Amino acid sequence: MEVSKHFPTPDDPAARTHALGGVSLSIAAGELVSLVGPSGCGKSTLLRLIAGLDSPQSGELWVGTEAITAPSAERGLVFQDPNLFPWLTVRRNIESGLVARGLLHAKRHEVDEFMRLVGLETFAKAYPHHLSGGMAQRVALARALINHPKVLLLDEPLGALDAFTRMKMQDEVLRLWEARGTTMLLVTHDIDEAIYMSDRIIIMTPRPGRIERTIEINLERPRQRNSSEFLRLRSDILELLHFAGQTTETASSC
Amino acid sequence: MNTALMPVKEPMEMPAPAETPNRVAAPAVTQIAPKLCVRKLLAVPLAAAIAIGIHLAVRKNDPEPDTTSYVIFLGGVLGLAVLLNLIQIFSCALRRWMAHMCPIIAAAIGLLFVWDVITSGFRLLPLPYFPSPASVLRNLLLDWELLFDSTWHSLVLLLSGYVLGALIGVITGICIGWFRQARYWGMPVLKIIGPIPATAWIPLAMVISPKAIFSAVGLVALAVWFPVTMLTMSGIANTRASYLDVARTLGAKPPFLIFRVAIPAAMPNIFIGLFMGLGTSFLTLIVAETVGVKSGLGWYVSWAQGWAEYAKVFAALVIMAAFFSTIMTLLFKLRDRVLVWQKGTIKW
Repeated sequence: MEVSKHFPTPDDPAARTHALGGVSLSIAAGELVSLVGPSGCGKSTLLRLIAGLDSPQSGELWVGTEAITAPSAERGLVFQDPNLFPWLTVRRNIESGLVARGLLHAKRHEVDEFMRLVGLETFAKAYPHHLSGGMAQRVALARALINHPKVLLLDEPLGALDAFTRMKMQDEVLRLWEARGTTMLLVTHDIDEAIYMSDRIIIMTPRPGRIERTIEINLERPRQRNSSEFLRLRSDILELLHFAGQTTETASSC
Repeated sequence: MNTALMPVKEPMEMPAPAETPNRVAAPAVTQIAPKLCVRKLLAVPLAAAIAIGIHLAVRKNDPEPDTTSYVIFLGGVLGLAVLLNLIQIFSCALRRWMAHMCPIIAAAIGLLFVWDVITSGFRLLPLPYFPSPASVLRNLLLDWELLFDSTWHSLVLLLSGYVLGALIGVITGICIGWFRQARYWGMPVLKIIGPIPATAWIPLAMVISPKAIFSAVGLVALAVWFPVTMLTMSGIANTRASYLDVARTLGAKPPFLIFRVAIPAAMPNIFIGLFMGLGTSFLTLIVAETVGVKSGLGWYVSWAQGWAEYAKVFAALVIMAAFFSTIMTLLFKLRDRVLVWQKGTIKW
């Protein structure tokens, strides 16, 4: 099965900003792809389009053979803010995906499995405001995964965490990815995170948002954050983004 | 609108300044309750004893039966305080409660004897408008059957009006907050009709309804309906978009979005509306009973006033205070239950 997505463009009237200007991208099933780029390059817009929360001005999006027209449980989404429902306990938050599809009775046993998967069995009855940022994000991951989505969209999911929790959570996400084989599309500001985690990094540039370069990462996992290849890739991408930044500046000053 | 602000000033939530030294002595975390200091231990019995003493000194101005019941009452308070002081030695929970409550109860008794001094003692306030506490108590006891009956009628009227108004208010609020069409047609009605005080409809209500009780229920319901609708509507309309986005990507359909996302998210707002509505419903209830329905506490007050029985007026006010604050407390309890997920984050 191949997951392909095709994004040509919001063809906007002059007054609108071009959040995305002609983006074409296809992702294979089971791949972990990162979208990296400065803010305003349309990463999140792209993710919302794939989720089906917004619709493009022009162009089409496909998952397998199905066109994306509306949000669906097949495409899970995790935001930077965990957005847990504060009125539900951890367990009920994780269950809510099943409740939304009317499958709670049939699949109740899976809830425990997912609580274990993210290591939160003991917090089942806690309310979200008692959780730390990392724990809350793990709940959000479990909540998104319980529907067995084909694609998991991650919009800077670790962006609000401190550096150490963040590195731990990167391993956690990788573990989930390897265990479940879910296709993941990760939006991030963090170049190290992108290199550490993904099969492929897509570098985007702003105004209008478009794909600047795609970089394949062929390092063995678990990756060494301080290996020479890692550092070389890092400096390549930094240079690329720096370069990209300069061109946009000259472009806008014209 | 003064009544609308009442829930915000929940007296129970106010930090008791007298509690501070206690906290310092032993943090709340420890299981062993702090020992009560002598000052707190003696506060209530001492206040009761002073009240009895003062009353005995000034009672020559009061008729005999009044003072007997008042002395018995104060004696009862004194006895109970002494008894509790003994029991608290064995009960941690009681000790904690007493550490919190003793100063305020003593202050309340203090107010009683100040009142006694002003009325019976020096006759500073004109009679019969300001009776002594002893005569208020006497009237409360003498007329308890009628007072009880009035309270019962008020309760039935208040609850039926309140529940009806709150229910309709929540439903209209949800509709106006969620559906664009409902908002277009409903908002103007809400903005124009809503702000009219329910009591202003009394003349019309009395004409329309065949029985006074129905018009009174309708008026109370109307008084509750407006704030509940307004707050529910704004709560629903202000549901965080990202909650709805998340729910949609979890496969949620509109019923889930309304009942399991928007409504729970609006619950804190709905409760603010319910509290505001409770304030306006008390007001409307009393006014409706005074001018229309011939029963209930509002009617009792105006009836007693007609006979210049001001001690009865005060007695009814005492009952009203107890009655309304009990209902308010029950609503707070319900709020704490429903909004348990906000525990530690709400401050009202």
